[in-house]
Amino acid sequence: MSARPAIEATGLYKIYGQGETAVTALRDVSLTVATGEVAALLGPSGSGKSTLLTTLGLLQSPDRGTVDLAGRRVVTGATIDGDAARIRRERIGFVFQRANLIPFLSAIDNVLVAFEINDRRGREAKDRARELLDYLGLADRAHHMPDELSGGQQQRVAIARALAMAPPLVLADEPTAALDGARSRDVMQLFRRIAHERGAAVVVVTHDHRILDAFDAVHEMEDGELRPHAGAA
Amino acid sequence: MNLAWRDVRHQWRRFVATAFGLGLLFAVVLAMGGIYRGMVEDAVLLVDRMEADVWIVQRGTRGPFAERSVVPEALEARARAVPGVSSARTFSTLTIEPVRSGRVLRMSLVGLAWPEDRGASLPLVAGRTLGRGRGEIVVDRSLGLELGERVDLGDERYAVVGIGRGLLSSGGDGLAFLTQQDLGRVERWLAPEAQRAAGDAAPPRRAGTVSAVLVTLAPGADRAAVTRSLAGWSDVSVHTTADERSFLLDGVVDKARRQIGLFRALLAAVSAIVVSLVVFNMTVAKTREIALLKLMGARLHLVVRMILEQALLLTLLAYAVAVAASQVAFPHFPRRVVVGPEELATGLALAVAIAVVASLAAIRRALAIPSTTILAG
Repeated sequence: MSARPAIEATGLYKIYGQGETAVTALRDVSLTVATGEVAALLGPSGSGKSTLLTTLGLLQSPDRGTVDLAGRRVVTGATIDGDAARIRRERIGFVFQRANLIPFLSAIDNVLVAFEINDRRGREAKDRARELLDYLGLADRAHHMPDELSGGQQQRVAIARALAMAPPLVLADEPTAALDGARSRDVMQLFRRIAHERGAAVVVVTHDHRILDAFDAVHEMEDGELRPHAGAA
Repeated sequence: MNLAWRDVRHQWRRFVATAFGLGLLFAVVLAMGGIYRGMVEDAVLLVDRMEADVWIVQRGTRGPFAERSVVPEALEARARAVPGVSSARTFSTLTIEPVRSGRVLRMSLVGLAWPEDRGASLPLVAGRTLGRGRGEIVVDRSLGLELGERVDLGDERYAVVGIGRGLLSSGGDGLAFLTQQDLGRVERWLAPEAQRAAGDAAPPRRAGTVSAVLVTLAPGADRAAVTRSLAGWSDVSVHTTADERSFLLDGVVDKARRQIGLFRALLAAVSAIVVSLVVFNMTVAKTREIALLKLMGARLHLVVRMILEQALLLTLLAYAVAVAASQVAFPHFPRRVVVGPEELATGLALAVAIAVVASLAAIRRALAIPSTTILAG
C-alpha cells in the first residue's frame, strides 16, 4: 500500500486493574491502516480487540502510546488531544454488530442524525443522505422505519450513517455477526467499495473466518499483542 | 430534526395515554386550587354583594358572618341621621332546610330592606327582582328551584320570581333573597326542630331586631369620622366591609382554606414525583439510543434537549387534558370551583416547573450512560 496512513497507532499499552489482578489488554500494539485499506482484527474473546477498537475510536485513552488520525496526533500517552466527541463526530464512523438504528426515525432520518449532530441541516444534508442510501442500494427504503427493514438493510443504513461525514476512518465491531453468509459477503463487498471509492480506512473486528478473503490486511490479537494473522496471504 | 417529537410521534398512543393519566392528576391539583379560590370567593360574596361601606352589629361581636349578632331594627333610622351617611338598611340572614320533593334543601335566607332594596344588584339569569313586599323570593340557581315554583318557608308559601347565579353563603349554600319582613315571619314561625336541623340552636331573634344595619356613605364623606361617630354608640360595634371580609377569611374559612392549600401542595409534589418517574422511565427506555448519540460524538445538549422537550411535551399535553377536564367536570361539583385565567396561568407555570424539575434526574441518568454501552452487543 503506497497510500498515506489513515490511522497510525504506535506503542499502545493499556492495563486494567492493579497488582495481581492487573490485566494487560494492549501490549506495545502498533497498527497502521492506509487510506483505502480494509483491515481485519481477529482474535479470541479477551484478546484485546475491543480495547484496541475503543482506543482507536477515542472512546478511551491508552496508558501509553500515540495515535495519529489522518495525519493529526489525537492521542499522546494517556491523553486524548482535543475534544474526543468532536473528533468522533467529524472523523470517525462506527458500525456495530447490531445496526443500532434509532427505532423512532426512518432510514433517511437515521442517516441525517449524523449530519444533525454536526450542525449540518437543510437540503444539502438531505441530498447527501439520499445519495448515500442510493449508493448502498436503499433508495426505495429511505422512508421506511427500522422495523420495516431486513437485518441486512438495517446494517446498510447503519453503514450509510457511518459514512455521512465522509470520515477517513470507519471502525466496525463484528458487523457481520448477525448476518448469514451471503449478506456477510455483501457487507464486506460494501466495505471494500467504500474504502476504495471513498478513500476511507476500514478496521473490522471479526470472528468470521468466512470473510477473511475480503480484507487487504488481517491482524490477530492475542493476550494484548498484535501480530500478522498466521493465515494471511 | 426534533428527536423528542419524533419519539413521541412514533409511540403516540402510549404517550397520549400517559398524558391523559397525568392530566387527571393535574386536574385534581387544579380542582384543589379552584375549590380554595371558590371557598374564598364564596366566603366574601355576600359581604361584597351588599355593597355597604360600614356594618353596624351587636356590641362586642364581629358581625353576622362570624357569630350571632342582634341589633334593634330602629338602629337603621338612627344611622340615617348621622352626618355623612347616605343610606342605611337592615340586614338579616338565616340558614334553613325546607323539604322539597322529599329532599332537604339547605339554603341561606337574606332579608332585603323592602322597598328601598328590591335586589337590583343581584345577578339574575331568569325572572325579575322582588316586586311585592310579601311572598316572593329570588334564589340562586344552585338550589335547583324553578321560576314560578312555590316553596314552603315557615307557614307561608313563597313564589320564586327570580333566579340568579353566584349567590352563595360563606358555607357554599345557595342564597334566597326575600324582604326583611318576610324573613322575620319565617324566623318567628320556624319550628324549633327545623332550626336544630339547620344547625342553628339559638332562639329566633325577637321581633323588631335584625342581624346588622348596613350603612352607605355619602359621596365625599369622611369614612373615619362617620365610623368614629357610629362607634360612639354604646350598644353596637362598627366594622367596615374590609373588616367583615377579613373576619371571614382569617376566621371562619381560614382553617379550611389552609387545609386545602396544604393538600394542593401535597398533590403538586405527588404530581412532580409521578412526572419524574415517567420521564425517567422514558429516558431509561432510550439508553441505547442515547449511548449511540454519545458514541457518535453528539454534544450533550442534544441529549439534554431531547429529554427536556419530551418532559415539557408530556406535561403540557397533560395540562391541556387537565384544563379540558376542569371545564367539563368542575361545573358539576357540589361547591363552586373557581378556575379563572389567574389559576390557569399559575397551573401552567407549575406544570412547566414540574417538567423541568422532573427532567433533572433523567438528564443526570442520561449523562451517566457510557457511550460504550452500544458496543455491548
